[in-house]
Amino acid sequence: MVAIRGTLKGRDVISINDFSREEIDHILKVSDCIEKDLDSKFGLLSGKILSILFFEPSTRTRMSFESAMYKLGGRCINMGPTELTSVKKGETFSDTIKVISKYADVMVLRHPSDGAARYASEISDVPIINGGDGTGQHPTQTLLDLYTIKKESKLEGANIGILGDLKYGRTVHSLVYALSMYGIDMTFISPPNLSLPEEIKEDLDDKKISYEECERIEDVIGDLDVLYVTRIQRERFPDIMEYKKVSGSYKITKDMLEEGGKENLIILHPLPRIGEIDPDVDDTKYARYFLQTKYGVVVRMAILGLMLGGFE
Amino acid sequence: MKREKLRVEPIKDGTVIDHIMSGQALNVLKVLKIKSPSEETVSMAMNVSSREMGKKDIVKVEDRRLGKGELNKIALIATNATINIIEEYAVVEKYRVSVPKFIDGIIRCKNQNCITNRDEDVATRFKVESKDPLSLRCVYCGSRTSSVEFL
Ligand SMILES: [Zn+2]
Repeated sequence: MVAIRGTLKGRDVISINDFSREEIDHILKVSDCIEKDLDSKFGLLSGKILSILFFEPSTRTRMSFESAMYKLGGRCINMGPTELTSVKKGETFSDTIKVISKYADVMVLRHPSDGAARYASEISDVPIINGGDGTGQHPTQTLLDLYTIKKESKLEGANIGILGDLKYGRTVHSLVYALSMYGIDMTFISPPNLSLPEEIKEDLDDKKISYEECERIEDVIGDLDVLYVTRIQRERFPDIMEYKKVSGSYKITKDMLEEGGKENLIILHPLPRIGEIDPDVDDTKYARYFLQTKYGVVVRMAILGLMLGGFE
Repeated sequence: MKREKLRVEPIKDGTVIDHIMSGQALNVLKVLKIKSPSEETVSMAMNVSSREMGKKDIVKVEDRRLGKGELNKIALIATNATINIIEEYAVVEKYRVSVPKFIDGIIRCKNQNCITNRDEDVATRFKVESKDPLSLRCVYCGSRTSSVEFL
């Protein structure tokens, strides 16, 4: 297909930081080719099996991978909740990985502990895709976020705001690192107790990426090309009233966007949402979060295809 | 150099750890998991005058030859330490410890949710990103640490 040959074949997809900007660009380019001619890709992974190993539930990520694999003519095998229970009872994590990696050509893993995917990649016979581990990385989500930004706005020179739980949000951390590779200026909007971890800010400082932090979305909405909204979870607040006050002040509404937003501002969200974006935004020109979900399947097709040698 | 060695009695067999940054001798013992009462005969000299270092500590462990893994641990708290392996009162091997590129299995990851803290089968592994000042990164969860906490 496009230039760089075999960069992803047989490789693990654990952290966005394992990839160069050129490699990411290549994945996005392949995604674009797939999207343009979706039907011709069926059969490319015929006979290949994706094994889905989720140690914590995530129906959407799972279904998105299944959809991507089926669209390429491959098949999926899934560790169900019953097997998960038996894993918890006896077999070690490393034994489970060793065994399951014998059943498939590629494996997607989701796990509650940080770094579980990296560890699995060390002991697995087949390449591993990190489907989210702990508060750490979720690289396929990041790639689909980048793809959406590239398609619906721009990557170069965009002003991107990220709003919500920036401290624990796993999609946020991956995304920040990826955007930093593109030299993009970022604006972080969050309550003080959920601001971006110092460690990540230090990494941005090292890379000389400029960023701004603020508490009120109203103060910056007019400067943004892209607003990436994430959930603010109830568990992060000891007091329910405090939670309601905070989550209320971060709610994105149609009025807010029409009054303060740029003409071509777009709104993204990894979904599911719980009230961070008012449903009346859904039908506006700003909303791209459902499209983002659709792009997710395309980007995962590109990743699976590249890893298994269906594309170059 | 020769005169300094006389400060602590020579040993017949074992390991002499010299040029330990002053004040770190007790930590070296901790790292080597030498506790009182101990199997080994251990002698220590603290705040010894040193031409290169001003003041230094020395630890002598009799009848114990330090392995590579133990050596790595010492490098983390006493960067300039030198190891002398002694057999029959003679130095048979001498080297300066150095912080390795990777550190396996001896340091705890400070991230409580890291797989190395959640699953007892998974040994820790850190990449040394900077030796001075010390900066380590967990290869699994990616957390960075500058203060060393031994397992
Ligand atoms: Zn860790």
